[in-house]
Amino acid sequence: MYEKDGEKYFVVDSHMHHWDASPENWVKGHEQYAKGWIECFHAYQGLGPPETHWTIEHFQKASEEDLMKNVFEDGHVDVAIFQSTYLKEWYADGFNTAEQNAALADKHPGKFIVNGRWDPREGDGGLKQLEEDAARWNLKGVKLYTAEWKDDSRGWTLKDPEAYRFLQKSQELGIKNIHVHKGPTIWPLDKDAFDVSDVDHAATDFPELNFIVEHVGLPRIEDFCFMATQEPNVYAGLSVVVGGLMHARPRFFAKVMGELLFWVGEDKMTFGSDYSIWEPKWQVEGLVDWNYPSDEYSDYPEVTTATKKKILGLNAAKLYDIEVPADCQLQDGLGDAARQDNAELVEDRAGASV
Amino acid sequence: MTDAAQLLAALGTVRDPELDEPVTDLGFVSSCTVSADGVADVRLRLPTYFCAPNFAFLMVADAYDAVSGVDGVRRTEVVLEDHFASETINDGVAARSGFVQSFDGEAVAELDELRADFLRKAVLAGTDRVCRPLLAAGRTTDDLAELTLADVPPSADLDRLRSRRRELGLPAEDESPLLVEATSGVAVGVQALPLHLRKARLTRVSLDANSGVCRGMLHARYGGTTGHGQNQTEEESA
Repeated sequence: MYEKDGEKYFVVDSHMHHWDASPENWVKGHEQYAKGWIECFHAYQGLGPPETHWTIEHFQKASEEDLMKNVFEDGHVDVAIFQSTYLKEWYADGFNTAEQNAALADKHPGKFIVNGRWDPREGDGGLKQLEEDAARWNLKGVKLYTAEWKDDSRGWTLKDPEAYRFLQKSQELGIKNIHVHKGPTIWPLDKDAFDVSDVDHAATDFPELNFIVEHVGLPRIEDFCFMATQEPNVYAGLSVVVGGLMHARPRFFAKVMGELLFWVGEDKMTFGSDYSIWEPKWQVEGLVDWNYPSDEYSDYPEVTTATKKKILGLNAAKLYDIEVPADCQLQDGLGDAARQDNAELVEDRAGASV
Repeated sequence: MTDAAQLLAALGTVRDPELDEPVTDLGFVSSCTVSADGVADVRLRLPTYFCAPNFAFLMVADAYDAVSGVDGVRRTEVVLEDHFASETINDGVAARSGFVQSFDGEAVAELDELRADFLRKAVLAGTDRVCRPLLAAGRTTDDLAELTLADVPPSADLDRLRSRRRELGLPAEDESPLLVEATSGVAVGVQALPLHLRKARLTRVSLDANSGVCRGMLHARYGGTTGHGQNQTEEESA
């Protein structure tokens, strides 16, 4: 919980990790990829404030003490959602698996939610594994990494018929939150690998599932926004948007936020720190203090305290049925007005696009 | 004798197709030399080890063509450094193999369609750059539907928009409408105009944000060293 100027913000970090990318965990023969991957992430950290930068050695593997201090003690986070990411082609024991994440969650009850994963290329065995994982960890969400390498394959899309079997199974198992992540991605080689149209198809065909597009489809924010404005069950995951732009490119950050508030709306935006690329502390505090820098932005939707409360935690709490203390909830009526404005804008857009 | 400045000028015509900016401005040229007997050597660098190989291939191939066309250059070597597909791309471009053959078995099409998709985004973003000052100067959105390219005061942004439209085969003459659909080239009608302008603005915001992230990543990756011909101005212009 973060408190500022008498307002209490319940914080859900809906996209974070606790990884092991140390050289001891690099797959033999694939060291260059394991190294390239974590160095790429480390360069992203360079976009945050200088005093929050870590050495590459620290960055490769943070300790459990670092995690608890950075995220909860200093970072204001109430509940953090582990987005398990395997990358076993490069990291021998996995980058951060549900099993490793669940062990931490068990040690610190009430702090973490563990999301699972699936990969349509694993076929029937993968479906069975998903059933077991769902039962074992009571999964409410999964993180899908369409860019993951597997044998000769360099990735997959949600449009694949095999992926539909897994979406169907997720729905049956009550896994209602599907976090989708595209980049850094390279496949298909001769097309735009960041294209988000596969999410559009899946969201239309599985209206009971929520699709949280992480990093708001970066670098295809425009395609993501056109899609999200038409799909009521598509959400904007703000990880990387806040971490990568708020400090390094404040004017672009304001414009990206303005566009997201216009096309997607404040009820469908969720905060994620992307720890341990960036620590949540400066992101949460900065977001609470944030507003458009000048009148130049006056045709974007207004940003209110209610907007920030929703984005920082209340929206994700709804998706994951997390109980929010009464003093952190919106007071009656607050935030509804903004919702109404946005509803009208969405109707305008829908009318204009047909 | 050919000098490095001529090579840099040629490289200034090579754009990152995704960001629609010259590779020189972006800081992607890490070295650029030419020997007394006309052997040009260009090294390119990118913001990450995993930058999309299709765009990387286009930049290396375009750089090869641009440098080879400089007067006095007898032989050209263009090397992409520090990338997971460096070897495949460098060898493929040097052998003039094309994309499909270079990535044998992994790609089925050349990259013309991909390039055209991103030129269309550049046209949309450029539309916002040209229209925003007009609206700020008091033109209404309805006015814009009536304007031709000749009605717009000259500017670098207008030249750039016309040049991108020409590349795509879209109308780009003086009497052509200011606002055209980027796929068909048909004039945008008054009714469709507000949404068209919203999309143009969104596309520009997206391109600018991506460019900002890429510059920041390159800066972090290479310790802030400046690329040859890199634009030193702060990129956060409105």
